[in-house]
Amino acid sequence: MTAPAIELKGISKAFGPVQANKDISISVQPGTIHGIIGENGAGKSTLMSILYGFYKADKGEIFIKGQKTAIPDSQAAIAAGIGMVFQHFKLVENFTVLENIILGAEDGALLRPSLAKARSELKHLAQEYELNIDPDAVIENLSVGHQQRVEILKALYRRAEILILDEPTGVLTPAEADQLFRILDRLREEGKTIILITHKLREIMEITNTVSVMRRGEMTATVKTSETSPEHLAELMVGRKVLLRVDKKPATPGDVVLEVEGLRVIDEKGVERVKGIDLTVRKGEILGIAGVAGNGQSELLEVLGGFADGTGTIRMNGVTLPLMGKGADGQSRRHAGIAHVPEDRQREGLIMEYTAWENVVFGYHLDPEYQSGILMDNAGIQAIAQEKMDRFDVRPPHPKLAAKNFSGGNQQKIVLAREIERNPDLLLIGQPTRGVDIGAIEFIHQQIIALRDQGKAILLVSVELDEILSLSDRIAVMFDGHIMGERVPDQTNEKELGLLMAGVTQEPAADAAKVVDQQFALQDEERGGA
Amino acid sequence: MEKMPHWADIVLIPLISLFLAAILSALVILAIGENPWAAFKLMVDGALMRSSGWGYTLYYATNFMFTGLAVAVAFHARMFNIGGEGQAMLGGLGVAYVCLFIPWPHWSLALIGASLGAAMFGALWALIPAYLQAKRGSHIVITTIMFNFIAAAVLNYFLVNVLRPPRSMDPATKTFPDATHLPSFRDMFSTAETIMFRGAPANVTFFIALAACVLVWFLIWRTKLGYEIRAFGHSESGAKYAGISPVRITVISMLISGALAGLMSVNTTMGESERLVLNSTEGAGFIGIAVALMGRSHPFGVFLAAILFGFLYQGGAELALWTNIPRELIVVIQALVILFTGALDNMVRMPLEKLFLALRKKGDA
Amino acid sequence: MDFLTLLQLLDTTVRLATPLLLACLAGLYSERAGIFDIGLEGKMLAAAFFSAAFAYSTGSVWLGLLAGVGVSLVLSGIHGLASITFRGNQLISGLAITMLAGGMTVLIAQDWFKQGGRTPQLVGAARFEPITLPFAESLQGVPFFGPLYYELISGHPILVYIAFALVPITWWVLFRTRFGLRLRAVGENPASVDTAGVSVVGLRYAAVMICGVLCGLAGAYLATALQAGFVKDMTAGRGYIALAALIFAKWRPWYALWATLLFGLFQALELRPDLIETVIGIKVQVQVLGALPYVLTVVILAGFVGKAIPPRAGGEPYVKER
Repeated sequence: MTAPAIELKGISKAFGPVQANKDISISVQPGTIHGIIGENGAGKSTLMSILYGFYKADKGEIFIKGQKTAIPDSQAAIAAGIGMVFQHFKLVENFTVLENIILGAEDGALLRPSLAKARSELKHLAQEYELNIDPDAVIENLSVGHQQRVEILKALYRRAEILILDEPTGVLTPAEADQLFRILDRLREEGKTIILITHKLREIMEITNTVSVMRRGEMTATVKTSETSPEHLAELMVGRKVLLRVDKKPATPGDVVLEVEGLRVIDEKGVERVKGIDLTVRKGEILGIAGVAGNGQSELLEVLGGFADGTGTIRMNGVTLPLMGKGADGQSRRHAGIAHVPEDRQREGLIMEYTAWENVVFGYHLDPEYQSGILMDNAGIQAIAQEKMDRFDVRPPHPKLAAKNFSGGNQQKIVLAREIERNPDLLLIGQPTRGVDIGAIEFIHQQIIALRDQGKAILLVSVELDEILSLSDRIAVMFDGHIMGERVPDQTNEKELGLLMAGVTQEPAADAAKVVDQQFALQDEERGGA
Repeated sequence: MEKMPHWADIVLIPLISLFLAAILSALVILAIGENPWAAFKLMVDGALMRSSGWGYTLYYATNFMFTGLAVAVAFHARMFNIGGEGQAMLGGLGVAYVCLFIPWPHWSLALIGASLGAAMFGALWALIPAYLQAKRGSHIVITTIMFNFIAAAVLNYFLVNVLRPPRSMDPATKTFPDATHLPSFRDMFSTAETIMFRGAPANVTFFIALAACVLVWFLIWRTKLGYEIRAFGHSESGAKYAGISPVRITVISMLISGALAGLMSVNTTMGESERLVLNSTEGAGFIGIAVALMGRSHPFGVFLAAILFGFLYQGGAELALWTNIPRELIVVIQALVILFTGALDNMVRMPLEKLFLALRKKGDA
Repeated sequence: MDFLTLLQLLDTTVRLATPLLLACLAGLYSERAGIFDIGLEGKMLAAAFFSAAFAYSTGSVWLGLLAGVGVSLVLSGIHGLASITFRGNQLISGLAITMLAGGMTVLIAQDWFKQGGRTPQLVGAARFEPITLPFAESLQGVPFFGPLYYELISGHPILVYIAFALVPITWWVLFRTRFGLRLRAVGENPASVDTAGVSVVGLRYAAVMICGVLCGLAGAYLATALQAGFVKDMTAGRGYIALAALIFAKWRPWYALWATLLFGLFQALELRPDLIETVIGIKVQVQVLGALPYVLTVVILAGFVGKAIPPRAGGEPYVKER
C-alpha cells in the first residue's frame, strides 16, 4: 500500500468556547474520492480550512504523501499540492478567466509572458480533463457551472494533486452537478485525490470511494462507500434514527385563499427569475415548492411577501393585491392576512441587534395595539413578548436579550411566534429548518402542521426534498422560473421530483440524463454568449 | 453571549479613547515646550471656573449638540453625514432671510421663525444627497463632502452679491433688527447686584439644544419612526422584509439630520454675531462627528460630549490667549478623538474584550 | 482672446492641475486596492508644510521633498493601521487624518517659525525652479509650435513632468504587471487574492504607501514649486477636488489626467474670470467656477452621465470568512 495522499492526525480547533474540531484523524489514499458528510455546523468547513491554511489548528499534525507538513497559510497549502474550490467562488468578477487563473501564480513581474503561458497550459488542461472554457471570457458573464470550472482549473494550474471541494453542488442544477461529477471522475482516473464535502447523501453514494461522517466537531465514522447505505450514513450524521415522515392527518382543503396567475419577476440585474407561474393554495393545506436553490423560489416568496416587484396577478381571498408601487410592501401584505417566515432569518426575519421583544413586533410595529399615544408601548410589548416566548419554548426566555444571542433554532421560534400568533390566513414559510438543530426541527414541523389543521393555507419553500415530501399536501416543482408540474407526495418519489427539478417534464426513460445534458449545454452557450 | 458588558461598550471604551487622545495631546504640548498640566489647569480655569467661561463653554456646546445630534441621527440609519458643515451654512442663510425680511414683533416669535428657517434650509441641503443615495445609490459621504464645498460657494455668492449692504466691503449681511435680539445668559441670569456671564455669547438657544436632545431621544427610542430608522440602520434587507421603505427612511433621517445641523446657525448667527458672516460655522459640522462618535450616537452621550468639546474649545481659546499654544491644538485633540473612537475603535476594543473574557473565565472557574 | 493669452491660460491650467493629478493618482492606487481615502487633503497639507519647513532650514528643496514624502507616509501608515490592521471605518480615519494634519501643521509651524502658522519665504535652492527644455528659447520664433513649446510645454518645475509621466506609468503598472493585477484583484475581491496565497494586508499596505508617496509629492509641489512656502490650510480643498476627479475618471489613469486638467482649467479660469466674459460674453461668477468640479462630481455620482462603479470591495475591511 502506498502512503496516503493526505493524513490528518488528531486535529483540534476551538473558536472561543466553541470546539469546532475535536481530535480528528483521516487518511485518504491517492487516486480516490473521499467524502466528508455532516450537518451544517458539524465542523467540515473548519477542518478543510485548516488543511488549506486558513486557520491554524490548536493541536494535531498533517501529513502529505507521508511527509509531515506544516500549513501556516494558503501559500504553503498550494506549495504542498492542495487546491480548494470554495462554496462561494473566490473569483474576481470583472477579470477574464485567464487573469483569474494566473492571479497569485504569475511567472515574473510582467503579465504578458504569464498570460501566454497560462493560455497554452489551459489548452492542455482542457484536453486532458475535458474542461473547456474560453480563456478570454469575463467571469461575470459565465454560468455558475463554468465559474466553478474556472476554480478547478485554477487549482490544476497550480499543479494541485489534492483537490478539496466544499459543497460544490449547492449552487448547481442537477445536470450541472452530473457534469461536475464526470469531471471529478476523470480527475480521479488521472490520479488526483479529491475530498468532497457535502451534506447530500446522494452525492456521497454516487461518487466517493470512502466516506467520513462528522457530527458536532467530531469524526464519528469512516467507512467504505460500497459497504454502507444512505440510511446508515444518515443515522451516523444525526446520531439517532431520523424521523423522515412527520405524523399528520390527511388534509381537508377548503376554499381557495391564494391565487397566483402569470406571475413574473425581474431582479435588479434585469434577469427574469420567475417566468409566468400559476398556483393556488387552499385553506387547510400545505403547498410545498421544491427546487434547487436559485430557480426563482426566493423571488416568488419575496413578491408574495411584498418586498420585490413583479407583474401578473395575485389574489388573496379573492382580492387582487398590487405587485409594485403603492401597496406592494410588507405592511400591506400583513394587512391582507399574509404572514411570512422568510428564508434568511438573520438578514430578513430578524434584526439581530434588536432585543427579542423588539423583534416580536417587527413588521407589525405600526399596529395600534402596540402604541400608546404617539409613542410605542414598550412595556406592553415586552409583556406580550414574554408570553409568546414562553408559549414557543424559546430558550433562554429573556425578552431583553438581543436576537443574535439566541441559537438558530430559538431565533426561528421567535420568528414563528411572531408570524403564527398573528392568526394569518396564509403563511409563507421559506427554508423553515435551515441551520436549526434537530430538536427544534421537530417542534417547527409540528407547529406548521398544527397551523394547517386550524384551517390555514401554507406555502412552503424548501430546498430539502425530505422536508417537502414529509410536510406537503401538494408539491409544485420550480425550475428556471417555471413550475414544472405538481405532484401529490404519496404518488411520487425523489427520483421523479429530481427530474422535474432538472427541468424534465415527462419521463423519457433511460435517455433522461442525456436530454438534460443537451439542454444545459445549450443554456451554457447562451449564457456564455451574453 | 456578549463579549463584554454593555456599560464597558458605552462608557469604558469612549473614556479610554479620550484618555489616549489626552495623552497624545499632552505629548504635543510638551513637544512645543509648554507644560501640559499647567495648560490643562489654564483650560479649566478659563472654561469652567468663571461664569463668563461657562458662558463660552455652553455657547460652543450648543453648536456641538446640534451638529452632534445631526450626525447621530444619520448614524442610526447607518449613514455618515459628513455634510453638517454645509447644512449649517445653509441654515445660516435661512436664519438671515427670516431675520432680515420679516418684521418680528418679539424675539420669541423671531426665534421660532428663525429656527424653522434654519431647519428648513439645512434639511433642504441634506435632501439632495439623501435623494441621490436612496434613489441612485450615490455614496452619501462623497456627495455630502461635495455639498459642503457647493454650500460654501452658494453662501459666498449670497453674501458677496445679494445680501451685502451697499458700500460694505465685508462679505456679510447687515446687522439683524433689534427685535430679533435673543436674550443672552447675561440678560437672563444677572441680578441687579451681580452680573453673570459677562461678555459671553451663550444665549437662549442653549435650551433649544437641550430640548433637541430630549426630542431626539424620544424619536429614536420611543417612536415608530425611530424603531424603523434603527431597524433600517441595522439591516436594510430586514427593513424591506418588514415593509419599511428604505427610500423613505433614508430621506427622512437625512432631513432630520440636516435640520438639526441647520439649527446650529440660530445659535451662531442670531444668538451671537446677529448678522450672517462667511465663516459662522467654524468647522462645528465636523466636530459634530467627534461628538457623535464619542457620545455613541446617544442623545445623552452627545450632550456630555458636546459639553466636553465646548470646554476644549473655550479652554483652547484661553490657551491661545495666554500661552504659545495656538487654537489649532483643539483641532488636533478633536482629530485624535475621532481617530480613536471612530477609526481605531478595534484597537481599544479587542484587548478589552479579551480582558473581559479572561475575567469571566476566572469567575466561572 | 489671442494665442498668447490662451497659452498662458493653459500654462496656468497645467500648473494648477499638477497637484490635483498627483493626489488623484495617489487616491487611485489606494482605492483600486479597496481602501477609500478621504484623507488625501490632510496628507498633502502635512507634506506641504514639512517640505517647506525642511527646504527652508536645510536650503535644499530635495531634502524638503524627502521630509514631505516622509510625513505623508507616516499619515498613510496611520490610515493603514486603522483601516487594514484594525479594520476600522476608512472614511472616519481619512477625516481624522485630515483634521490632524490641519491642526498639527499650524501648531508646529507656530512653534518653529512663530509667523502665525506659516513658513518663511523659500528662495533659491529651497524651491523647485522651472526647467527650460532644450531649444525652447532658440525655437521660440517658430510660428505656433515655438510659443507652444516655450510657453506651455517648457518651463515647469520637475514635479510637473513627473506627475504627467506618472499617468502612463500608472496605467502600465496597473494593467501590465503582476503587482497591478494583484492590486486590482484585492480591490475587487480580496478573498480571491487571499486564497491564491497572496497577502491581502501586504498588498493593501503597499497601495496605501504608494498613495502616501504621491500625496507627499503633491504637497511638496504646492509649497515648494507652485508657491514659495507654506501657509495655513494651503491645500484649500484640493484633496477633495482630486477625490472628485478620481470619481469623474472612474478610477482610470488616463481619465484621471483629463479630469484633473479640466478641474485645473476651472481653477485657472477662477483666477481670470475676465477671460470667460471676453470669450462667451457672459459674466460668470467666480463662485460658480469654484463649485463646478463638485457639482460635476455629484452629477456623475448620480449616474446621469455614465455610471461610476467603484472597486467592489472598496471601503470594506477584509475579514476571512469561516
